[in-house]
Amino acid sequence: MTQYLMSVWMVEGTEPYASPEEMEQAFKDVEVFNDELKAAGKWVFAGGLHPASTATVVKVADGGDVITTDGPFAETKEQLGGFWVIQAADLDEALALAARATVACKAPVEVRPFQDEPAA
Amino acid sequence: MDIAAIFRAESGRSVATLVRLFGDIDIAEEAVQDAFAVAVERWPAAGLPPNPGAWITTTARNRAIDRLRRESSRHDRHAQAALVRADREPVEPVGPVSDDRLRLIFTCCHPALAPTVQIALTLRLLGGLQTPEIARAFLVPEATMAARITRAKKKIAAAKIPYRVPGDAELPDRLRPVLAVVYLIFNEGYSTTSGDGLVRADLCAEAVRLARLLAELMPDEPEVLGLLALLLLSESRRAARTAPDGSLVLLPDQDRTRWDGDLIAEGQALVRACLRRNRPGPYQIQAAVNAVHSDAPTAADTDWGQILALYDQLLVLAPTPVVALNRAVALAEVKGPAAALAEIEGLDLDGYHLFHSTRADLLARLGRHAEAAAAYHRARSLAANAAERSFLDERAAAARARTG
Repeated sequence: MTQYLMSVWMVEGTEPYASPEEMEQAFKDVEVFNDELKAAGKWVFAGGLHPASTATVVKVADGGDVITTDGPFAETKEQLGGFWVIQAADLDEALALAARATVACKAPVEVRPFQDEPAA
Repeated sequence: MDIAAIFRAESGRSVATLVRLFGDIDIAEEAVQDAFAVAVERWPAAGLPPNPGAWITTTARNRAIDRLRRESSRHDRHAQAALVRADREPVEPVGPVSDDRLRLIFTCCHPALAPTVQIALTLRLLGGLQTPEIARAFLVPEATMAARITRAKKKIAAAKIPYRVPGDAELPDRLRPVLAVVYLIFNEGYSTTSGDGLVRADLCAEAVRLARLLAELMPDEPEVLGLLALLLLSESRRAARTAPDGSLVLLPDQDRTRWDGDLIAEGQALVRACLRRNRPGPYQIQAAVNAVHSDAPTAADTDWGQILALYDQLLVLAPTPVVALNRAVALAEVKGPAAALAEIEGLDLDGYHLFHSTRADLLARLGRHAEAAAAYHRARSLAANAAERSFLDERAAAARARTG
């Protein structure tokens, strides 16, 4: 089993849902999908995020001081909106789950493998 | 003894088997290279073994096991896993799919890999082409191609792109990129004459070999047979497409005695077999169009009505502007250039040189030579290779000469 990050991407300034009803439906569909992931033993963790405007970056500056800045790190319109961590046998299984995820949440989903857990 | 030819013919099968045995493409490739290095030393003196391919696979397996044992420590989990797996897996594959090459081609052509990467991996792992050859064939710097292949292999391993033939439900979707890769490899060799001519001819031969392999392994897929037929019928005309001075010779002007009769017979038999199955698809229909051309002893004997009917059918299955353009060429022969010109005027193909050269040809036939010259000129500015450009220059000059 490999763990995969299924990240959900939002474009800043655009509304992913056409109507409040559609948003409501997406939330319901995601909930159903989550329950199925759990029942199938594929679920590890998942969550939705507040908009990127609520983000804060903390990093080590050139002088060695830790500084804090307002806003997301990536200076692009495409920002992470939420994610799942799942476990799957291989990429085909992960992509099949991602296909269901994107239909449920109505946003593009990127699939990326986690590095192997270090040997104990 | 041509060990290079044996490598080309056999390495794909050995690499595919070793990938299954060890679950790792790099281990498989390295082991097969090792085995051929041993062969180069031994075979010239000892003679060819009875089954060189099986000898390579067995030698590669043993070399890989030795190397993994030597190099792996107890903490190298990856090498340990490869060893355990090779111990468990039988050398000869078992199960419904008995050929490892089919598994490997579905891995190489996985939709999670970019099409250019699919092509490069297929040529390298199944075709036994070396990275510099692939780079030369696609006019890409060697370092770029090497980086592309390395990244792809890492992705296959890290993301766990599976090594298996897709089930019936996924097969139609997954077969499409496989057929597209083989077709693109062929076209890269066929339609461009830039770059290294020898490598280009090799690409056509390699694509035909891959198509034959697919047809042998998936004899119940009509589009696989259609693709093989299409490649064979196109390949049958390759020698006649080039004049002694290297310039391009179009279909109507080709010396048909230079067509390869054996390839035509084989391609036409496949087209007839597809017709009997009656499960048409784009490759089968394009093969049928080529079969009609192959039937005509002279260009004037071509059954354009039949070709137009086939393009009508293709346009329903694949309603793309390029198909509409090809259909218009047949329409010009059946209903005249004016009807064909009307059909193509609205097509969204402004960046495609064959759109402009087809349009130019129709304009010239209608006596609109000034417009024809301009269209040939536009085609020339978009054409990728020297032979096509000089051909279009000549056409543009001829059209200009007839203006005024």
